[in-house]
Amino acid sequence: MDEAQLTSLFASTLRVSTPLIFCALAGLLSERSGVIDLGLEGKMLLSAFAAGAAGAVTGSLTLALATALLVGMAMSMLHGYACVSHRGDQVVLGIALTMTAAGLSIVLGIAWFKQGGQTPPLPDTVRVGPWWLGHNALVYLALAMVPAIWFLLYRTTLGLRLRATGENPAMVDAAGLSVKALRYGALACNGLLCGLAGSYLVLAQGANFSPHMTAGRGYMALAAMIFGKWHPLGALGACILFGFLDAVAIRLQGVPLPPELGGGAVPVQAIQALPYLMTVILLAGFMGHARAPAALGIPYVKER
Amino acid sequence: MTSREPAPDWVVPAVQMAAISKRFGAVQANQAISLSVAAGSIHGIVGENGAGKSTLMAILYGFTQADSGTIAIHGQPVEISDSRTAIGFGIGMVHQHFLLVESLSALDNILLGAEPDWQLHRARARVRGQLEALIRETGLQVDLDARVADLPVGERQRLEILKALLRGARILILDEPTAVLTPQETEQLFVTLRRLRASGTTILVITHKLKEIMALCDAVTVLRAGEVVFDGPIAQCSLDQLAHAMVGRRVRLERQASVPAEPVGEVLLAAENLVWKDGAGVERVAGVTFALRSGEIVGIAGVAGNGQSELLALLSGMLKPQTGRLRLGTSTLDATDWIDPSMARRLRLAHVPEDRHRFGVVLPFATWENAVLGYQRSRRFASAWGWMRRKVARTATATMLETYDVRPPQADLRTSKFSGGNQQKLVLAREALAPEQSPQVLLVGQPTRGVDIGAIEFIHGRLRAMRDARGAVLLVSSELDEILALSDRVLVMNQGTIVGELAIEDCTESALGRLMAGVGAERVAPRQASAREIPG
Amino acid sequence: MSRPVELPRWMEIGALPLVNLMMALAVCSVVLALVGLAPQQVFTMLLRGAFGSAAGWSYTLFYATTFIFTGLAVAVAFHGGLFNIGGEGQAMIGGLGCSLAALFLGEHWPAAILLPVMVLAAMVGGALWAAIPAALQAWRGSHIVITTIMFNFIASALMAWLLVGPLKAPGSMMVETAAFPAAARMPSLHQILNDVGIEWPRTPLNLTALIALGAAIAVGIFLWRTRTGYELRTVGFSPDAAHYAGIRSRRQIVLGMLISGGLAGLVGINELAGAQHRLLLDYVLGAGFTGIAVSLIGRNHPFGIVLASILFGALYQGGAELAFELPGFSRDMVTTLQGLIVLFSGAMAYVAAPALGRLHRLVRPEHLPSTGLQTQGSQRTTQSGQRDG
Repeated sequence: MDEAQLTSLFASTLRVSTPLIFCALAGLLSERSGVIDLGLEGKMLLSAFAAGAAGAVTGSLTLALATALLVGMAMSMLHGYACVSHRGDQVVLGIALTMTAAGLSIVLGIAWFKQGGQTPPLPDTVRVGPWWLGHNALVYLALAMVPAIWFLLYRTTLGLRLRATGENPAMVDAAGLSVKALRYGALACNGLLCGLAGSYLVLAQGANFSPHMTAGRGYMALAAMIFGKWHPLGALGACILFGFLDAVAIRLQGVPLPPELGGGAVPVQAIQALPYLMTVILLAGFMGHARAPAALGIPYVKER
Repeated sequence: MTSREPAPDWVVPAVQMAAISKRFGAVQANQAISLSVAAGSIHGIVGENGAGKSTLMAILYGFTQADSGTIAIHGQPVEISDSRTAIGFGIGMVHQHFLLVESLSALDNILLGAEPDWQLHRARARVRGQLEALIRETGLQVDLDARVADLPVGERQRLEILKALLRGARILILDEPTAVLTPQETEQLFVTLRRLRASGTTILVITHKLKEIMALCDAVTVLRAGEVVFDGPIAQCSLDQLAHAMVGRRVRLERQASVPAEPVGEVLLAAENLVWKDGAGVERVAGVTFALRSGEIVGIAGVAGNGQSELLALLSGMLKPQTGRLRLGTSTLDATDWIDPSMARRLRLAHVPEDRHRFGVVLPFATWENAVLGYQRSRRFASAWGWMRRKVARTATATMLETYDVRPPQADLRTSKFSGGNQQKLVLAREALAPEQSPQVLLVGQPTRGVDIGAIEFIHGRLRAMRDARGAVLLVSSELDEILALSDRVLVMNQGTIVGELAIEDCTESALGRLMAGVGAERVAPRQASAREIPG
Repeated sequence: MSRPVELPRWMEIGALPLVNLMMALAVCSVVLALVGLAPQQVFTMLLRGAFGSAAGWSYTLFYATTFIFTGLAVAVAFHGGLFNIGGEGQAMIGGLGCSLAALFLGEHWPAAILLPVMVLAAMVGGALWAAIPAALQAWRGSHIVITTIMFNFIASALMAWLLVGPLKAPGSMMVETAAFPAAARMPSLHQILNDVGIEWPRTPLNLTALIALGAAIAVGIFLWRTRTGYELRTVGFSPDAAHYAGIRSRRQIVLGMLISGGLAGLVGINELAGAQHRLLLDYVLGAGFTGIAVSLIGRNHPFGIVLASILFGALYQGGAELAFELPGFSRDMVTTLQGLIVLFSGAMAYVAAPALGRLHRLVRPEHLPSTGLQTQGSQRTTQSGQRDG
């Protein structure tokens, strides 16, 4: 591989990883506070649609971004209402959000834009164009969020409280803090980050929304978060890895396998399946220990 | 063992609780309790389980409010509406089950909720300085930077105390502090507490361990059944007095119905040197040996948390011991090849678990389904092909409901709809009647917990009937009344071993009380267990 | 899944699910209005499309058959205390199993033997795909929800590779296998009826529908009439009581998941042996997720699942008709409604419960819910979960 190919590979990796990074960080915040988030896919999807729709209708980049963030937040607040205030099943809620978002984005898309669910392509003025070294601002924002969230979690007292909430909410409660407020706060940030992920897909990477465009990336981000052991730097590493695999997959099409492995070409599907396979292996404990926050998924009930 | 002179009368007491009463549903947890704790003293609150000590302290710490009565802190009347208020008044509490985040450091745990700065490293630095001063003053050695998960239990407890002190606690409540400590750690704790006392902190210790009270406290209040039965300086009482006060006039002399008609027969169950360690490596059952003979009821007395529950779980097969042997009828089992619950039932051992809601029944099941729980593999209730014999099960259930007077006698009703007493009767009925051959040995834990008066007598009658039918019953109960009413022989457990065995005629209050309190037996005491959930 | 409120049984089985369904429909109506459709008109046309003609009915029942399988799969796993989200993947591999049987044995064996073998192969395929996540949960504690979702994606990739490679029909550009031999095709309803002289429109509805009904009955019998079903339910309700009863929880978990996977695998028989007559990509089309919705409304009971499957079959068929007739309507409306149903009947199932409980007490004051904790303390949480978490 020559230098040009390497640079292009690196660039592809970053491009693909960016939405994953946003979503993985979103999931991280939520799960560190003790709330499972299986709705990343849905939140990203509906935010993407919101960005595409708002951008097409208003012609304003700011409004498109704002709408996407709002939609992400709204879904996360619903998440909080069902799971934190009413102790609903967090797994079911995540699936429900994703299913609803998938349907709703297409229904509204067809009704409003009549292009089979797609939103109209956005002109460059409504998109986030390249900023530095050929990458747009959102890419750098995603990268910047990693140390930002790391700082929040490990260098501020708020972060300490958040982490404690996911491990032992009873202790946080006994210390006089509000478990509910901390979880809602984490979910609010979660919503914003998912909104950014969706915005990226429509305002930076592509130019419009098309049905099912997230293609499972929300789940991949979840896998990356787990693979990264619920740590921002680990999540970043995993996202880059998954992005790299994605970028490599395209380039590996048609590359021949050595005869020892049976000849033929490298199946692109194998590379596509690799992130998911790796997550399973990790969860099985064969790749070191992945310890989830101790109180993850358990709705908190005040004992007294 | 010198105790300090009680403070002179004109010094305002640190805590004054007057006529505190609290009712929970049908239970009067506290009845007009009045208590005065001198400032700068160590005051013991003693009583058995259910005596009301936890409720009283929960009221003091703001977890709940009294129905009536007043509280004064350092002479000032106060309303303690929640734990934040209590902390504001200088009251700190160290719970029996620590509230710590294991993955965080000791420093972070102390910091949480009282951070002086939004930036963590600055907050840590500020608090570290204060903590190091505190550590020097009090001698409470804690490695602030270690992860709590890596700290031994004693250090975690010191951590909890430091946490309370950092928040300005001048009155410290310790709930069963030595329950999780080794004797060495206990001594260390006492040294620390004396130092704290010397610096003016008032300490309340909730415990049931009389020896420790005598060694540590300046004054003691004994509670029994929600009321104060003894209150005064340690100098004015003896261990025997305390034991007597705690246990009370419990021995019922009318046991005529209980005297067995025939002498005991052959050994049905023999346990040899059973040892069981929990996940933390603490020996909860520390070498238990005893035998159960046909035609007798053996009661195991002792304050809860001394290994009785674990012993029951071992014998029923729900736990596996590290070492030991079990002889059941003709079968001998080694620790390596231990019994499991289904095998136990095949060997004619029945088990009524202590925690019926968790282990004894499946609440959402219909009653007939619970009536076969544990016996679903017997040919009686399921064919070889796995088909459940519903009709047979229903008929058997009807018999059970009738024989044991379970109301309402509806086999299809969900078990969660039954009252506690009827659920318990159902479990007992099942264990007695579901096996194809009536059981020879019945292990029963807390048979009348949460059961109304009418059902208690009935259940007792059935247990005696089992004994009279040449079976054997091993009874674990925290109600001493019940042990004394039913048993032919009483074994007392303390700290995982059997510290004494008394024939029922020899069971006097003081003898039992001393054994239960851990006095009167020469033993190298292993670590004491903390009360926690275990099977059976 | 938590159950904080004690409602009388009839409310819990009847009223609450209906209320939740109503809420989902209400939100759906709002969405319809947002896209400029009249909810009433939509619902009427939908019902007509689903039930108004023989063809409509047949399509409805055809879809319902698939949903019965995935719904039963979710239900069985749920009774064992597990959430099986892997229905999609298990259905795919089940389809693979039956297709392999069809393609490799189809030329030589008669239908009477081949079809049952294909059914078995489908079940084995689905069960195999559920086995690994099940074992990982039982022995390594790996969260089954995440592993089954991952396995869904892996199945997709596997199928994609097989269908562009080893299993691709020779000489074809389509991503699918060769057509199944005649013996490997499930007789369809119109064929059977035409053979006895009754006119019936040509629809994909086939004999698998009867298998689905049989499966529903079998699951009902298994869960409530057999010892293994009893043990599975015990583990699902209370692993502690199961231990007490001498039940090996781990084995039960794996067994429950194997049965669950096997049921999901049968989707392959309906869609492939019954309709498509070849293996192709994407024939599951979200049925695994619909199965979750079906099981939730059907309260994890075979009877409810059959009814709910017909409801969803109607939604799909009516939705398809509506997509033809109403310009603004797309089938994704049905997906949205499905998601809303999972939301209101699943995640927010008990949000309405306190209100319903209060209503009930207003009407019948003597029927106070039996809460376990009777305290006067102001701080204690009552079982109705009124305190904030």
